[in-house]
Amino acid sequence: MTLTSRHARGDGGRLRGTVLQGVLALIALFWLVPTFGLLIASLREEGDNSTNGWWNALRYPAQLTFANYATLLDNPAITGSLTNTLIITLSATLLVVGIAALAAYAFAFLKFPGHDWIFLAVVCLLVVPVQVALIPVAKLYGALGVFGSLAGVVLFHVAFGLPFAIFLLRDCFLEIPRQLIDAARLDGAGEWRIIARVVLPLGLPAIASLGIFQFLWVWNDLLVALVFADQSNQPITVALQSQVRQFGANIDVLAPGAFLSLLVPLAVFLLFQRFFVQGLMAGSVK
Amino acid sequence: MNPTKAGTSARRGRFAVVLLFPALGLLAALVLYPVGYSLVRSLLDAGGQWTGLGNYLRLFTDSGTFTALRNNLVWVIVAPTLVTVVGLMFAVLTERVRFATAFKTVVFMPIAISFLASGVIFRMVYDQDPEKGIVNAVLVGLHDTFAPPSGYPDARPRPGEELSVIAGALTTTGTHAPGAPAALPLVGVKAGDVPASASQAAAPPPGSGLAGTVWLDFASGGGGREGVIDPGEKGLPGISVEAVIGDRVAATAMTRSDGTFRFAGLTSGGFRLRLPEANFAQPYAGVTWLGPGLVTPSIIAAYLWIYAGFAMVLIAAGLAAIPRDSLEAARIDGASEWQVFRRITVPLLAPVLGVVFVTLVINVLKIFDLVYILAPGSVQSNATVLALQLWNVSFGGGNDQGMGSAIGIVLFVLVLPAMLFNLRRFRREQR
Repeated sequence: MTLTSRHARGDGGRLRGTVLQGVLALIALFWLVPTFGLLIASLREEGDNSTNGWWNALRYPAQLTFANYATLLDNPAITGSLTNTLIITLSATLLVVGIAALAAYAFAFLKFPGHDWIFLAVVCLLVVPVQVALIPVAKLYGALGVFGSLAGVVLFHVAFGLPFAIFLLRDCFLEIPRQLIDAARLDGAGEWRIIARVVLPLGLPAIASLGIFQFLWVWNDLLVALVFADQSNQPITVALQSQVRQFGANIDVLAPGAFLSLLVPLAVFLLFQRFFVQGLMAGSVK
Repeated sequence: MNPTKAGTSARRGRFAVVLLFPALGLLAALVLYPVGYSLVRSLLDAGGQWTGLGNYLRLFTDSGTFTALRNNLVWVIVAPTLVTVVGLMFAVLTERVRFATAFKTVVFMPIAISFLASGVIFRMVYDQDPEKGIVNAVLVGLHDTFAPPSGYPDARPRPGEELSVIAGALTTTGTHAPGAPAALPLVGVKAGDVPASASQAAAPPPGSGLAGTVWLDFASGGGGREGVIDPGEKGLPGISVEAVIGDRVAATAMTRSDGTFRFAGLTSGGFRLRLPEANFAQPYAGVTWLGPGLVTPSIIAAYLWIYAGFAMVLIAAGLAAIPRDSLEAARIDGASEWQVFRRITVPLLAPVLGVVFVTLVINVLKIFDLVYILAPGSVQSNATVLALQLWNVSFGGGNDQGMGSAIGIVLFVLVLPAMLFNLRRFRREQR
């Protein structure tokens, strides 16, 4: 609106529009350069990175090589951690969506004593910081014998994903017309059948938003895995953080490792940006 | 109520228990119980003995946790405000711009990147060495454009000769007069610093005016005599030479490729010769971004890079929901764009801005990964925040779970107001 009304006022407006576009292009460049630098650095030979910055490679693009990636993917510690990341992320995402969908259905469509208070309590848990639970859960896991295991990491992520997930899904389920549910019940459909055939399909956009949120959150986590995963179960973030200690001498490992680790969430984000934004709105603005 | 209906309702109640059991079980065991455990554990010391509020008192007296508290305060005051303001700017600027979608995607993208990867990215961006870190490379490039670097940062006079160092400049102890060429030998110039244009050093050709030679009194392979121009010794071009009488600079000259200089205008009198400091200044090396002084602002800048898009997208959605009529009405009444923005747009956006701000406050209070990765080991104690301190104290070698629990509870208490804000908003929606 601002611009169109200025356009109407003549050349001054058009000039301002051009300046604005130039400024925005410059800002966009600012936002792109750091990640682009990581990509280029990851494609340079070890010696080149230790002598000068990645931008020097732009003059000799032919020297770029996938050698660092080949070396990295030959390293069983790295490939193992990538597999761990995949296992942790997928199972934590599926479990959160599944468990939260059941609970959200109960909160949205079933009457039971303490309904309102239990829901309020769940929402209250939304803001418990992960940090408060690290020490007690480490003790608990130690006693149960799951400390260090993949299951421990996954369950922790699931528990801390649930409040937001239940909140988001219940909100979305409430928008499903009650008549649909009542009609299905009159037709003699069981509750499980109603969940599977009516609620889940209609709630799919919210489920997609939630899934993407959870996926990004778990994939990118460092702290939880740092505390609960042992050497053989550590995800890529933990494997790479130990390399950061000697930053500078090992850019040939860190740069391709970091770039590989951000490729998947970036792709998920770019493919499903719409759902991601919707989830953001539901979670924050609404 | 007839019996079948009562039966259905009881069955649904039992079914609700089945549906809720996994969620409530996990929440109770891994979220609720830990809060209670931490609360109790925070009242015990490292060995498990009762200490009351001892851990909380120590939190304010211990230098590590105190620095963490102070840094958290800086973070909470600066980061959410900065990110919200920049997000608002971006949201307003991109309204009705042709490539707004592309711009928003680019700025929003870092939200998908882990703090670990962002940390690695910004360790490279902030690298101290201007040859490697792009920020310092740009700074040094700009600096050297306006203040060209000196050619001979490490040069010093040949010991025993008449040049001496006074306030960074090299000055002759005696005076020189026209007709007797001055010999000003330097050493310590690295082979790489001698320009390609430098040629064999020579005595100045006969002519009028005070003249002399500045040269590198060192021949590769050795064998030269000290203070004398030997074959193989290069002149040092581009050095400015001042002829000084008393405190006054009488004339200035520049050395040529063979190191000779001449003050054609000075035909009589005695002058001291001075090679000003600018010839020998150390090159500008940029800023130590991740040093003790700037580490927290630098990490906050990286945080801005990650979260500006988040704020922008939420605010842009709020902006799109503002009724156009009220804006147009104000414009027709003659309000300037700035007035419209200040008086109408911002107040109408206030709820969204509040949500963005509070969400960022919660996020910033809990920040760990970015500081842990971005702050080099040697300055981690300067950059530390509560979440990092908690990790250090209880897992990273400290093994004091009493203190760790106390920090966790403090974090929780700090997040609590934000929780009340969220809940109040939620209750309002319910009505």
